[in-house]
Amino acid sequence: MYKILEKVDYSDDVYMQVIEAPAVARVAQAGQFIVLRINEEGERIPLTIADFDRDQGTVTIVVQAIGKSTRQLQELGAGDNLANFIGPLGIPSDIENYGTVVMAGGGVGVAPVYPIARELKRAGNKVISIVAARTKNLLLWEDRMADVSDEVIVTTDDGSYGRKCLVTEPLKELCDAGGVDLVYAIGPGIMMKFCCKTTEPFGVKTLVSLNSIMVDGTGMCGACRVSVGGETRFVCVDGPEFDGHQVDFDELMARQRQYLEQEKISYDFYLECRGDAQCLA
Amino acid sequence: MSGIDKNSGKKRVKKTEIPRTAIPEQEPRVRATNFEEVSLGYTREQALVEASRCLQCKKPKCVAGCPVNIDIPEFIKALEEDDPAAAIAILKRKTSFPAVCGRVCPQEDQCEKVCLLGKKHEPVAIGRLERYAADWEASEGEAAIPEIAPAKGKKVGVVGSGPAGLTCAGDLAKMGYDVTIYEALHKPGGVLVYGIPEFRLPKSIVQRECEYVESLGVELKLDYVIGRTMTVDEMLDDGHDAVFIANGAGLPVFLNIPGENFNGVYSANEFLTRANLMKAYRFPDYDTPIKVGARVAVIGGGNVAMDAARTALRLGASVHLIYRRSMDELPARREEVHHAQEEGIDFHLLTNPLRIIGDQEGWVEEIEVIQMELGESDSSGRRRPVPVEGSELRIPVDTVIMAIGTRANPLLTKSTKNLELNKWGLIVADEHTLATSKEGVFAGGDIVTGAATVILAMGAGKIAARSIDRYLQGQPLLTAEEEDEIRASQEKAAAGAK
Ligand SMILES: Cc1cc2nc3c(=O)[nH]c(=O)nc-3n(C[C@H](O)[C@H](O)[C@H](O)COP(=O)(O)OP(=O)(O)OC[C@H]3O[C@@H](n4cnc5c(N)ncnc54)[C@H](O)[C@@H]3O)c2cc1C
Ligand SMILES: Cc1cc2nc3c(=O)[nH]c(=O)nc-3n(C[C@H](O)[C@H](O)[C@H](O)COP(=O)(O)OP(=O)(O)OC[C@H]3O[C@@H](n4cnc5c(N)ncnc54)[C@H](O)[C@@H]3O)c2cc1C
Ligand code: SF4
Ligand code: FES
Repeated sequence: MYKILEKVDYSDDVYMQVIEAPAVARVAQAGQFIVLRINEEGERIPLTIADFDRDQGTVTIVVQAIGKSTRQLQELGAGDNLANFIGPLGIPSDIENYGTVVMAGGGVGVAPVYPIARELKRAGNKVISIVAARTKNLLLWEDRMADVSDEVIVTTDDGSYGRKCLVTEPLKELCDAGGVDLVYAIGPGIMMKFCCKTTEPFGVKTLVSLNSIMVDGTGMCGACRVSVGGETRFVCVDGPEFDGHQVDFDELMARQRQYLEQEKISYDFYLECRGDAQCLA
Repeated sequence: MSGIDKNSGKKRVKKTEIPRTAIPEQEPRVRATNFEEVSLGYTREQALVEASRCLQCKKPKCVAGCPVNIDIPEFIKALEEDDPAAAIAILKRKTSFPAVCGRVCPQEDQCEKVCLLGKKHEPVAIGRLERYAADWEASEGEAAIPEIAPAKGKKVGVVGSGPAGLTCAGDLAKMGYDVTIYEALHKPGGVLVYGIPEFRLPKSIVQRECEYVESLGVELKLDYVIGRTMTVDEMLDDGHDAVFIANGAGLPVFLNIPGENFNGVYSANEFLTRANLMKAYRFPDYDTPIKVGARVAVIGGGNVAMDAARTALRLGASVHLIYRRSMDELPARREEVHHAQEEGIDFHLLTNPLRIIGDQEGWVEEIEVIQMELGESDSSGRRRPVPVEGSELRIPVDTVIMAIGTRANPLLTKSTKNLELNKWGLIVADEHTLATSKEGVFAGGDIVTGAATVILAMGAGKIAARSIDRYLQGQPLLTAEEEDEIRASQEKAAAGAK
């Protein structure tokens, strides 16, 4: 059992939880993820390590509720327990002094960007962050990002806060201005795809963190496979970070839709029966 | 009773005249729609009859045919005498999991293959009798509490809770070692729990075996990925005096044909893990989804392929099994092939997949295959299948399951210093001691042999426990007698080769 120590709702759908998992926190590094299972009937869902505290033995996750499991998780708070919490999984980010790095985070993608930005800053990079969201109340961790960045650019699709534009607009401007050595783009598939399209003509290396469907997260099932540079790779063990210019995003996004029908059944079943033991039985 | 009544002298049936006793099974049509066990097991009467068939050979071939040399005639004799408690005690001298082995061992390639009775008649149903004894113990026997030696004050770490890891941990605990198993998944049992389906090996049996190992004092740490959560080197630094690596060979292999990343293409590992470990067959009561569709193609001919095919069938699909060689070469247990045929799996033998064809949205639509014919013999002595030109054919399917084997997962081995691997990424371990190139580290099961069998993995667990015990006591890993024996058998083999 893994105890939830703290829970904060950032909006109706986005929340943060701090979980007691000393074995994971002990060796967690930026860029890695965990797999959790809420209870005995639960599925294994992957979530990025948004932060960790080795002394306290805790791991922080930031989650967007988009379906059954992430909604059910949102209903748990401090004092509740999770059945399983496995990690850290995936290969950590390669932290070096690259020079100037642009960190683009879209939606909950800002959370995984944060620890990487922090480490890159520590390693001596100039960190320019783009914190993007559809609308103001979905905007995440602007303050935390400011702490680890030399410059923060905020964008919202609807202009309710910061610049009214897509994340790709400031990204293009920065590339145009020159001097960008590395870009990180993390967020929904479509956002990462267009960030990569933006940087490609400039030949600026762009790393993405892929969110394919997973089961075990240890290389045992192949559910997470994706084509990178024409070769099949397993996101959970070969990634989750890849050179975005090599990733087949259309395949990634098609594969993410594999269970749409079942996900809807599962979600409706859950909403209908929430907390009602009789209905669930 | 047994059909032979020596005392009354009424009629004496010759042993060889008693037919092999059939095992009761669920009707094919009924079982094709449920996940309950197919074979129901012998009744007491059936077991007595079957046990009475054994000739009690002086030089029993069956014992030599068994990878762990179970004293087969001896346990069968106990069953014939209606003493299942004695039978189980004899079995447990050599195997930790008779309830598992009785169900899943390829007996027709091992003990039953060489059974003397099988020369002219049908072999004794050794596996079914083993299962009978084990099931009797579970339902009626008294839980035997084994003797546990006084604590030795040494700590051993075991990686993986498959048959190899569980066996080694159990044996070491009995010897008085402080043992912890580290398991990556959220449930112990290895392939027995995530791979082999409920209808062939009920999970309650695996759970019982795991609980037994825990009852010996073994600590089970789940959710622990060695190579990530902790490395083998850290285990050694962190107070483990020895480590046994038994992480299996669980990396799925794909064919590398076009279209393998379309939606609807699964590795058998993923398909079976969703169905077994995650209980997707009970979706939406369990959260994990599985998508089967109406028509499924399973590629391969081993136990894994049979399990995937029969699972898909039970989830409502009609199933094509595509295998590139002929019926004679199907590597699966014969009983499973027979069951699959009875249940209505459509076998396409001498057929090889060429590519998977998908629709606009990236979903599987068809699989293109080609007919094969048997050509020249290859190095293994089997005739190599070669494609028949112009025989391409498309089969419309919704799902394709690749069951063509698994390899070593590099996650653990890559993170371990000074561990010698072979060219397939398997750990190199001494055949007789299972010692690796790394001091204090032993390895066994599928990670050393490549995908093999439950009984071999279990046997490896026993050898490893013996070696680790000697290692930790500062003794040589092999006794002088064992060295002599090995030398003698090597010389014999060398002479035979000439
Ligand atoms: C390496 C990695 C890191 C991730 N990090 C985060 C994170 O930090 N915060 C966050 O909010 N989300 C993250 N995700 C996505 C998150 O795992 C999914 O949103 C979650 O599994 C959805 O489950 P659900 O039951 O709530 O929704 P569902 O209704 O089941 O699914 C909604 C969508 O989520 C995706 N999804 C469903 N099941 C899985 C699964 N088992 N594995 C992966 N994706 C799935 C599918 O694309 C699906 O269409 C990450 C995914 C990966 C692979
Ligand atoms: C579907 C299927 C059907 C089969 N049918 C039969 C059959 O009928 N008869 C038969 O004899 N054999 C059968 N086999 C083969 C048999 O199951 C295996 O040979 C046997 O289980 C190998 O045992 P093992 O202990 O070496 O490894 P496994 O059973 O593979 O167990 C390894 C364990 O280690 C864990 N692990 C892996 N990596 C790590 C890590 N880094 N850290 C911690 N833990 C880790 C795994 O999660 C797993 O639990 C079948 C196999 C499959 C897949
Ligand atoms: S070889 Fe067959 S008949 Fe002989 S002892 Fe073994 S099981 Fe009995
Ligand atoms: S999630 Fe199973 S191999 Fe990546």
